[in-house]
Amino acid sequence: MIVAGVDVGSTATKSILLNENGEIIARGLTHTGANVVKAAERVFNQALKMADVEEWDIAYTVGTGYGRFRVPFGDTQITEISCHAKGAHYLHPGTRTILDIGGQDTKAIKVGPKGEVIDFCMNDKCAAGTGKFLEAAAKVMDISLDDLGVISLKSKKPLRITNVCTVFVESEIISHLAWGKKPEDILRGVHNSISGRSSSLLRRVGLEPELTFTGGVSKNIGMVAALKEKLKLKINATEDSQYTGAIGAALFALERASIKSVTTN
Amino acid sequence: MEFIGGIDVGSRVTKAVVIDKKGKILGRGTTMTGAYLAQSAETALNKACQIEGIRFNEIEYIASTGFGRYQVPFRHIQITDITSNAFGALYIFPKTRCIIDIGAMNARAMKINEEGRVLKFRMNDKCASGAGRFLERVALALELELDELGSISLGSKNPQTISNICAVLAESEVINLVTKGVDVEDIVQGAHKSITDRIVALLRQVGIENEITLTGGVTKNVGMIKALEEKLEAPLNVSADSEFAGAIGAALLGIMRLEKKNLAEN
Repeated sequence: MIVAGVDVGSTATKSILLNENGEIIARGLTHTGANVVKAAERVFNQALKMADVEEWDIAYTVGTGYGRFRVPFGDTQITEISCHAKGAHYLHPGTRTILDIGGQDTKAIKVGPKGEVIDFCMNDKCAAGTGKFLEAAAKVMDISLDDLGVISLKSKKPLRITNVCTVFVESEIISHLAWGKKPEDILRGVHNSISGRSSSLLRRVGLEPELTFTGGVSKNIGMVAALKEKLKLKINATEDSQYTGAIGAALFALERASIKSVTTN
Repeated sequence: MEFIGGIDVGSRVTKAVVIDKKGKILGRGTTMTGAYLAQSAETALNKACQIEGIRFNEIEYIASTGFGRYQVPFRHIQITDITSNAFGALYIFPKTRCIIDIGAMNARAMKINEEGRVLKFRMNDKCASGAGRFLERVALALELELDELGSISLGSKNPQTISNICAVLAESEVINLVTKGVDVEDIVQGAHKSITDRIVALLRQVGIENEITLTGGVTKNVGMIKALEEKLEAPLNVSADSEFAGAIGAALLGIMRLEKKNLAEN
């Protein structure tokens, strides 16, 4: 039996296929773009191709993320909070707190020993402290989003970014550049600004180790370093961190599919 | 004849005026604010001088205002945006009691007395919502010029509510609305209404009193004026000089300072 999880985020859409033992057999990743339905179909097909299976081989599909209600082939939808909790527990069983930094929102989630959600709080009214903040920095500095973290690690004298608003930070970065400041010092300042906002969210839910970092921004090693420095804590982040929501969704799919097969037999 | 210059170095546009000692405006000039603020200030003032063929060195006194006021090396005095705006607005519309100033980076509501003294003010300068930058982002997402927004929005019959306050998140929302097939004019007017709500909240905090004068770069946007007038149910004072309110106010305060200085010296 194979099940699927599709996480339609504001910036990237992710998919995961699991076999009946709960092992990851395929992954899919694409830019969400303007058409949410197409993005969901794209990642789903990517994963099918990778696992060399057909659509009818999938016993159950769970959609999550902000675009979850528009996954046309999904059997059910589950909130990204629950999926992240379940996915993080799968990747790092000792997880008690999750920091999820996505394209448009940042969440701090407190979870129990079985990966159940105890509490959460989020920043979704303002782009400060989210992936959009990094995107804005990348755009004005004309640096690829994937390179930001690496460059920031070279900084010896991080600058303090005073603006909170992403739009104003763009102007602030431009003036720093005009004054001849080093890109790495500006970028470390940008990463420190996000880690500052993340740490206050984490404090609100109550930070307890282990901390697992998920979402697209968890791929950024500069962000991991800035968080480590700020929180003075080991941070779980792996190659699969970006897929945490999709993994959680697929795990829910596995549970539902098992129930379904029991009731049908 | 001696002249006084007022320069308002805004975050998007730098405005300058040249006035004579009686307070008559002789020339106006604008330029996009670049990374080198001193250069932008000089360009704007030079443009204002050219109107009446005044030479730069004929200007006896220069007052600067706006966020870049300290970066004007040839200034004699710098004046805060609030004070210069109040004086400028009162000069253009003598019955002004409330001012709404919407610039690129911040939005302000002020209450002033008949002498132009600021009694109370509130501003939004931590976040781009409610400021011109919000509209810039919307224009960008819609692939329109900022100057087009006003006229396009006038065709709107069902303004679309923009639920995000954050300019960055609103940009993504706008893109989604376009994909869903919402009319561009309805999206634009929705954006105007969103800013209006935030400005009117600021204005209520200082207390609304007529007449209300609108200043700042947003005064060039007819859709924004319409949205504000509808929400306030009152007409707004707007003229071609509204954008120059800060520069005019700075120049007028420059005259006062110069007179004081001359009096002290004699």
